[in-house]
Amino acid sequence: MAEPLIEARSLVKRFDSFVAVDGIDIDVQPGEAFGFLGPNGAGKTSTMRMIGCVSPVSAGSLTIFGLDPRLDGRDIRSRIGVVPQMDQLDAELTVEENLIIYARYFDIKKGEARRRTSDLLDFVQLTEKAGDKVDHLSGGQKRRVSIARSLISEPELLLLDEPTTGLDPQARHVLWDRLYRLKERGATLVLTTHFMDEAEQLCDRLVVMDRGKIVAEGSPRSLISQYSTREVLEMRFGRDRNKEHLDEVEAVGERVEVLPDRLLVYAADGEGVLATLRERNVVPDSALVRRSSLEDVFLRLTGRSLAD
Amino acid sequence: MGTPAAFRVAYRDLLIYRRVWKANLAGALFQPLMYLLGIGLGVGALVDKAPDSASALGGVSYLAFYASAIMATTSMFTAGQEALWPMMDGFRWSNAYRAMISTPLEPTDVVTGVAVYFACKTAVGATGVAMALTLFDDTRSWGLVAAVPVAVLTGLAFALPLTAWTSTRDSDRSFPPIMRFILIPMFLFGGVFFPIEQLPDWLEPVAWAAPLWHGVELCRGIILDSIGPAKATLHLLVLIGFAGGGWVVCTQTFRRTLRP
Ligand SMILES: Nc1ncnc2c1ncn2[C@@H]1O[C@H](COP(=O)(O)OP(=O)(O)OP(=O)(O)O)[C@@H](O)[C@H]1O
Ligand SMILES: [Mg+2]
Repeated sequence: MAEPLIEARSLVKRFDSFVAVDGIDIDVQPGEAFGFLGPNGAGKTSTMRMIGCVSPVSAGSLTIFGLDPRLDGRDIRSRIGVVPQMDQLDAELTVEENLIIYARYFDIKKGEARRRTSDLLDFVQLTEKAGDKVDHLSGGQKRRVSIARSLISEPELLLLDEPTTGLDPQARHVLWDRLYRLKERGATLVLTTHFMDEAEQLCDRLVVMDRGKIVAEGSPRSLISQYSTREVLEMRFGRDRNKEHLDEVEAVGERVEVLPDRLLVYAADGEGVLATLRERNVVPDSALVRRSSLEDVFLRLTGRSLAD
Repeated sequence: MGTPAAFRVAYRDLLIYRRVWKANLAGALFQPLMYLLGIGLGVGALVDKAPDSASALGGVSYLAFYASAIMATTSMFTAGQEALWPMMDGFRWSNAYRAMISTPLEPTDVVTGVAVYFACKTAVGATGVAMALTLFDDTRSWGLVAAVPVAVLTGLAFALPLTAWTSTRDSDRSFPPIMRFILIPMFLFGGVFFPIEQLPDWLEPVAWAAPLWHGVELCRGIILDSIGPAKATLHLLVLIGFAGGGWVVCTQTFRRTLRP
């Protein structure tokens, strides 16, 4: 196996006495798309910032490109692109100027910066907005500017902290497509997300984080098969009545989760379970069979849904 | 060799400034003219009538006395203001400085780059004031050219310590009091409108400790050719001390705020 691009051992981030990242191990291989999945406050951003060499490691070891962030931060940062969780754009400057000043931070010459800017604006489909002030863009357009900007230095490693939060479904799909293309060109992607579908679409491998710890690791598919069933039957019985039929439901499903508004029944064959329940006079107001997703994995691992 | 890191940082601030520099220069020309017409000529006409005023003012007209200080006060207000809200923007609102340090730039580069920008901006202001002062016989001299860098240094002596403060703040709540209780009192009691010898004895040392007085005295001395090398050096060292000390503190506070 190739030398890992990112290697963390017992990595810890503390803010005063508060432990935000609590001893995690990660290996990211070159060319891989690696994801951090987890609820608010899990420690995803804290980890990303340590990898981005903008937050000192509190304990444990971390290397990026085989280099130590404490000694070689400048070199490491010159080879990575960062899309922060909150856009850090200059609202007063135009889209184009935002890219050009960022290129200057990397000491990319003006002419080259102009050329890359126009290619990248094309790539994120914002060419017509090149001369507009960033202030006048929509949230999703700003996000795309951030992504274009992170690519200006042609980074080997791209760190994306919730890249698609705030985007409409269509913009999200465009972005996934763009990220997929970058991956095809050999870039290594590390991203955090709350979205299960995003993790499934983009990540070769991911870790599920909760309260600073890694609670599971693997490919989306292997996590689903390990921690969930093939299908999920979602049933609604109406307000406060979800628990009434719990005994009958538990008898037929492999596992049942009671959410405030619905019951989730985990089973290989959802339709089969639903038919059996109907035979036994358990008739929900509505029922839906779907494929199991990382959301289910998360629920299983943490006992909480991601929306909490 | 590429461009020094600090200039790459300043490039961003100057790009924003480019939109407004003409207005800034016009303001720097116009505002002192207003003050000079109102206070320099108006108040001056009264002051110069008093029998011992010339000796209290060091042998010059009130207009010359007051006008030569405006180089320093304009820098103080420009740099002071620049170090408050726009810096807050870089740290907390647009987060431009956070964006910078995720590139090869280090927090120290950001400090130096910001200082370069302050210097450029105060230089435009000081040049505007110098141009205005050429309109008056009492202040027209080659000393105006030499006073421009002193005014820039005076600006840095305010801007860098204030920037260090801003970089540790979560909000701009403390800024209006800084203007009201630090900058304005220095403006009023820092030897701008009257020599500090006129202050009550206990207040005089307070003026010595304020960077503005040193900037004012040095600018005045150079423009009116009324200062000896020993005093000039002393004022210069104090200003360098404030600016340099501010820079050192900034390198620490920037690091702490930008890299938690
Ligand atoms: N600068 C800081 N000072 C103190 N505590 C912090 C700081 N940054 C983060 N934390 C704390 O560390 C914990 C992890 O935060 P982090 O931002 O890494 O979470 P996250 O997984 O990215 O969450 P989200 O999905 O909401 O972005 C949180 O409890 C947060 O309050
Ligand atoms: Mg986060």
